This record gives sequence, structure tokens and C-alpha cells, in this order.
Amino acid sequence: MEASKEKIKIIKLEDLPKQIGKEVHVNGASIALFHLTSGEVHAVGSKCPHAGGPLAEGIVSGEFVFCPLHNRKISLLTGEVQAPDDGCVTTYETEVIDGYVHITV
Amino acid sequence: MKRKLVMIGNGMAGVRCIEEILKRDKETFEITIIGDEPYPNYNRIMLSHVLQGKTEVSEINMNDWEWYQKNEITLFASEKVTEIKTVEKIIKTDKDRIIPYDELIVATGSSAFILPVPGSELEGVIGFRNIQDTEFMIDTSKRYKKAAVIGGGLLGLEAARGLMDRGMQVQVIHLMPRLMEQQLDSPAAKMLKKDLEAQGMEFLMEKQTAEIYGEERVEGITFSDDSSIECDLVVMAVGIRPNVALAKQAGLNVNRGIVVNDQMQTSVPSVYAVGECAEHNGITYGLVAPLYEQGLELAKHLTEEKTAGYHGSILSTQLKVAGCDLFSGGKIEEDESTDAIIVQDQFSGVYKKVLVSDNKVVGVVLYGDASDGTRLFSMLKKETDISEFTSAAVLQKAGEDAAEEMIAEMSPDETVCGCNGVTKGTIVQAILEQDLKSFEEVKICTKAGASCGKCKGVVEGILSHTLGDSFDPTAVKTGMCGCTMLTRDEVVEEIKEKGLQSPREVRNVLGFANEEGCHVCRPALNYYMRMIRPGEYEDDKASRLVNERMNGNIQNNGTFSVVPRMYGGTTTGDDLIRLGEVANKYNVPLVKITGASRVGLYGVKKEDIPQVWEDLGMRSGYAYSKSLRNVKSCVGAQFCRFGTQDSLGLGIRLEKELEMVDTPHKMKIGVSGCPRNCAEALTKDFGVVCVENGFQLYFGGNGGTEVRECDSFTTVKTEEEVITMATAYMQYYRETGIYNERTAPWVDRIGAENIKLVLLNEKQNAELVERFHHAKNTYEEAWNSTLKNRKEKEMYEIVKK
Repeated sequence: MEASKEKIKIIKLEDLPKQIGKEVHVNGASIALFHLTSGEVHAVGSKCPHAGGPLAEGIVSGEFVFCPLHNRKISLLTGEVQAPDDGCVTTYETEVIDGYVHITV
Repeated sequence: MKRKLVMIGNGMAGVRCIEEILKRDKETFEITIIGDEPYPNYNRIMLSHVLQGKTEVSEINMNDWEWYQKNEITLFASEKVTEIKTVEKIIKTDKDRIIPYDELIVATGSSAFILPVPGSELEGVIGFRNIQDTEFMIDTSKRYKKAAVIGGGLLGLEAARGLMDRGMQVQVIHLMPRLMEQQLDSPAAKMLKKDLEAQGMEFLMEKQTAEIYGEERVEGITFSDDSSIECDLVVMAVGIRPNVALAKQAGLNVNRGIVVNDQMQTSVPSVYAVGECAEHNGITYGLVAPLYEQGLELAKHLTEEKTAGYHGSILSTQLKVAGCDLFSGGKIEEDESTDAIIVQDQFSGVYKKVLVSDNKVVGVVLYGDASDGTRLFSMLKKETDISEFTSAAVLQKAGEDAAEEMIAEMSPDETVCGCNGVTKGTIVQAILEQDLKSFEEVKICTKAGASCGKCKGVVEGILSHTLGDSFDPTAVKTGMCGCTMLTRDEVVEEIKEKGLQSPREVRNVLGFANEEGCHVCRPALNYYMRMIRPGEYEDDKASRLVNERMNGNIQNNGTFSVVPRMYGGTTTGDDLIRLGEVANKYNVPLVKITGASRVGLYGVKKEDIPQVWEDLGMRSGYAYSKSLRNVKSCVGAQFCRFGTQDSLGLGIRLEKELEMVDTPHKMKIGVSGCPRNCAEALTKDFGVVCVENGFQLYFGGNGGTEVRECDSFTTVKTEEEVITMATAYMQYYRETGIYNERTAPWVDRIGAENIKLVLLNEKQNAELVERFHHAKNTYEEAWNSTLKNRKEKEMYEIVKK
């Protein structure tokens, strides 16, 4: 399936405030995009595996986002829900090119 | 220009008054104190403990030199005022100092009364009044054997016990047939005498001193019946005389003491008197509790705090002699108007008498077991109706439940420690604010129990009541969130003390485990920072929980609700039409009257929100926020035949005054036009029930998860007062609440009585209102301000590719 992936230009990095998620719909996928305090940009599936909470609206701390519905803590690097809960969301590769964030979907 | 406040006398009553002034107002006065003793203010009551060898002179200081410096008080110790000139408003001292005043407090205290008998000037004859007397007695006890104490009252017996402890042989000479006749009835006095005799004290009753004889030094006493005794020391403890010479010479109205009114004013303007030198309503006092009450009243008067004034004190007495447990308060003898409940157990040496008049306790005499003294005296002062009690229940030693209840029922301004004048409110406040856990800590912080220590049981009761009910000990240990062990109060204190400017700095300096915090502390710190620094701190959207960041309630499917403001639940035909049009235009799946009397549009898509707001052109109803949600009002006197006031108008005013400003958790207010209470005001965070002659106020109610009925607060006369009280209440909650704590648990934690005390204190109330207004000025209506801000508006956009 590798072959079907493509890198899509999404948004100007400067329009992506730090620590506030952005909901992105691309190629039928719903993705939450995050600009961390460290400057890194990460993208994960937008729905919490627990009850489908919109992760783009969660509080961001370091490399983690807290789901706004029931506070599941999810790593934006691995997509893994942190203990004591479990589960996983899809992670997407991101890249900043010429000031624009690109996601590989 | 500061006003010059000068005080003559550096004793307990006067300095207490100064402390109370400083507590209320540090700015108005430039304070000067002149005292003729070479010490800072010390605890005179404790002199008998010093004499008895239970404590040292160095330990009875109440205010050290540093205290005077810190509070910028000029103190002239070892200096005597020689003249008051009330026309020029100056005083002169024996060191030729001239000190002008705007306000003068005369707190010259009293002196031991020395019987005017021949020989009273001999060496070895003294009163028992100050550190010097005490040291003299201690010194004498080392060189001489026999002591005579003239006077079998409280002070005389304490002195006698002390001299015995110092190894002297002591005889007590008393004019009356029974000891402590002002505090004890005959059976109690007999028991006391028996116990003291068993300790080795000797008594000569009904003896009148005729002469003290000796060459240079006292050698003995002769009585009016020509009998005599030999002794090397005579301690006069026959009473005190107010020190009024200075006041008399200055032309103040003086009887036995300096005559004062309920505001402690003397007959001359700008001159006040407090303490043992003052005479109020024909009475001069010599016990510490009333003197503290006077000091407090004068402080209130000078700081222009509204007060009912001083109306005299009911006295209670305990004796600081080991092995003689006694308590006396109010009346001691039966008369036609009183009935006595008496328990006398000669075998175990216990005597209890309670005097009752009109179903109220009017007098208490306890001997042998005084542990019920505080409870009975509290009933006496509060005029508790005892018709429901059986006689035995009145007298019975309070069981655990009853003791707990007694402590719960004590009002905050009730004195717990009579020696140091510490109220229950002060103790509770210290426990909560300084996180105190033990009697020792309370003693150090508040001085309660630091003197005679008889209130230790009550202090411990208050500790267990305060900590047991309100504090979850595990919550204290785990800190405000997983990132820190520090509690909310500790964090807030550190922010203020260290001047921390941002949540990031707070987390860094206070060593939070996660550099960027968590979903618990992020919104909390954001709240605390803005609460503490409303002017400077800029709200951090990234630290807001989703509802507050998006200014709408997130629904379970990721859509939002839009609930516009409808003050007091009112709307108009035009607004309803617009709501309908908008609902249709955006295919809003549900339109519903909300629980808070507004129209809500539910299921609005995130990307439509800004446009919906714009089309509505209404203010946010803050239905998503931790702030005032709404004021629920019935229609009131405008239309309702039962309505007593314009509850709707008042509700709208309140909502406009208090909206938008962040609070620790959401708040709901109710205003009912009559006691039928259609607005359910008694289960709101703040409730108003209109009645014919005003507005009854309530607080701390909750109709949610855990139903709690409001505490009754107070009744006020005008709408303005309602608004002022509600504003101060909200600000006090803002300043002391834990983020995410509703007012109901907050009231339980802080204590309804303590909250009332703060809100009813005019000065504190005014300051709270001012701080609230300062904060409110930094808030702008959320929806319109978001629409004006491109960056914030973009938060609602979804990028689609």
C-alpha cells in the first residue's frame, strides 16, 4: 500500500498556533495536526480510540495531547494511548517545506 | 498626611487595640506608644506562671521589639507621660519630650491597691502587678521563709501558690468569710479552701489588717482583733485601682476610672481610653477578655468600621492553680428570678451549679471538674433556650457528639483563648491558610493556648472539626495535580510571594514534573494567574479546556452548542425570530430551552460557529464557562400578585454586573420575588429571596451532583446592597476557591461563618468589590471579541484538501 501514499501541502506553519490542534480533512482522512512548543509538527488520527473524542480540541502538553472528552493521554509521536488506558491512533508523517506543513497520507 | 495616633501605656489592652487597627488599616496612622515599663508588651496574666516557675519572663513577651519596628511604631519605653494638654493636643513626658497627637489613647492600666495602713511603705511590702514585682518575690523567696498574702481573690491565691512553689510558707489573709467571693458561691469556695489547705496553704479568714510592723523591713502584721502573725514578705492582692491621675489632671471626666462611652471616647474629643483605666457604664474591668473586647471596639471605631459599639462584658474566671479546677461565669448566687440546677458530689470533690432564668443560663459555677465551663458559658453568652434540655443534659459532661456540635455551633467571633483574645475565626483561618495540623502549630501561629493552656481541648476540637470535615488528607498529600505535590494554596502563595509571571515560570520554579503541565494544572494555573494579576496576565487559549477555548459546549459527536445571553431569562419577539432563522439556515438539529432559562442551539458544526454568532448578533451566554452562567429570576412584582420586589429587574442587574469574569467553577444565581421561591434560589451558588422589607441573601447551594441547601447569609435593604454582597462573595470565591471547586464544597471547606465574617466586614467587602471591578474591566464579551480576532476565528476552521 506504500505506493498509494502522497505528500500533501496543508497549511502555513505560521498559521498553526503552538499547543492548539488543527483539524484537517484530507483524502477522506480526518487528522489532528499539532505544532508543539519545541517547534515540531505532528499529525495523528483526529478521533480518540476510546469514544471518538476530537483530539484537535485537547490540551497539549509536551508531546502529548489530552482528549477533551475523557482525558485520555495520547503520545503524538507514537499514537499510543498512555497507561493506565490503552489503544492507539494512526500517526502521519509530517514535513515543513518552504514554510508549509505537508502531511503524507 | 498620616494622622498622629499616640497611646499612653504599652500594655495588653492598648497594644491589642493597635494590632486590631493595623489589621484593618496600615496606612492612616503614624503610631507612637509611650510606656513606663522597660519592656515591650508582655502577658501580665502569665506572671503567676512565672512566679510558679512554670515559665520564664523571656517567654511571656507578646510583641517583641521587632514587631514595633516592623509596623513602624515609635516606642518610648521606660518613659512616663507627665501631662496631657487636650486643647493644644500634645503630651509631655518625663524626658521633656513633647508629642503632638490627632488621636490619643489612654491605656494607663491600673496599679495594685495598697492598703492605707501604717507600715505599708516598709521594705518587703508589695503589690503583684508587673515583672518587677514578680522578680522581687522570686528574689525574696530565696532569702526569706514566711510570706503573707493579703487578699483571697484570684490574684492572691495565684500569688500564694507561686510563693509556695518557691519554697515559702504562705498564709493568706482574707477579709471576707469565703475565698473568691466575687466568683464562687459558698459550697465552691469551701471546696477550694479545703483543696488549698491540703496543698499546705494556710488561711486567716475574716481578718482585717490594722498595721504592718517592722523596723525597716516588714516583720509581721497586726489585725483589728489585736491578733498578729510574723512574716518576711507581704503581698497586697486586695484589688486594683485604675491609673487615672494623668487623665484627671487633663480634665477628663473621671469617676473610679476614666469615663468612656460605647465607642471608648472620653469626655474630651479625640481622647479615648481602653483597658483597666477605663470605666464603661459604671464598671471598670480587671480581666483580660473584656479589655480585648474594648480594644477591638476602639480599633473598629478609629478605622471607621461600622460597629454596634462596646456594651459591657460578661465575665468568666478560671484559676491558674494546679489541682483546683474551677470555672465561674455570670451570676453566682441564686435570687428570686433564678432557679439553680446543682450537682454536688463531695466524695469526688465535684460541684456544679447552673443558674437559670427564663429558660436561659445566667450563671455557672463549677468546681472540681470545669471541663463543661466553655460549653455552659457559651450557652450563657448566646442565651441559648434550654427548655428542650433536661436538667441533667445541661450539666452533663458533653459527650463526643455534643462537643463536636458545640464547636460547630461556636460563632467565629467567639473567644476561644481568653488569655490572648484569640477567636475561633482566627484559629480556623490560620488552620486553613497556613495548613496547620497540630495544637502546637496553632499555638505558635495564633497564640491560642499559649498562656494558661486551658483552651487546649477546644483548640484541638476546632482542629479536628476543621480538618476532619473539609480536608481530604489524601488530596492534600497528592497536591493539585499529578505534576506537583504542592496544594492549590501553596501554589497560589508561591505565585504571590515569588512574583511569578507565567504558568511556565510557575512550573519551572516550583518544580512541576511535566514542563508543560497536564490537563488538570494547565487550566488551573491559567485561572490563578489571571485571578492574581488581572491587569498584566494575558489569558492563554492553549491552557483553556475545549469549551472555554471554543466558547461553546462540545457535544458527544464533536459538534457544539450555541447559547446566547438572555438576561434574567428574558428575550424579545425579534430575538426569537432571529434565533429561528439562524436555526433553519444552519440546519441546527435541536433547539431547546436550556436548564438555565435560555434558548440553546445544539449540534452546531464547529466551522459554522463564527457565522452563527455573527448572524445572531447576540452576546454569549457563557453556558460553557467557569463563570456566572445565568441569574434565574421569577417574574416578580412587575406581574406576579405575590411578588414583593422587582426580582426580575434585580436578576438582570446582577447578571450584567457579574457576567464574563472567570470563577473557579461555574456559578448560578437565583432571585425569587417572594418566599415561594419559584427561582429555586436556595440551591444556587448565590440566592436572593425578596421579602416585604428587603432581600434575604443565601449562599453555597447546589442542585447538581450533590444537593446542598444554601446557608442563610444576611438580609439587606436595597438592591445596591444585594449587588455589593454578591460581588464581594464572588470575588472571595475567586480568590480562595480551588479551580474546579463549586461554591458548595468551598463553603464547607472555608466555613460559612468565616465567609460571612469577611463579607460583613465593611472594609474587606469594599476591597473585594474593588478587586472584582478591576478584574472585570479586563474582560470583553467572548463571541464578539473572537469575531474581531482573525487568529482566534481561524481556530474554528477545518482545513480540507
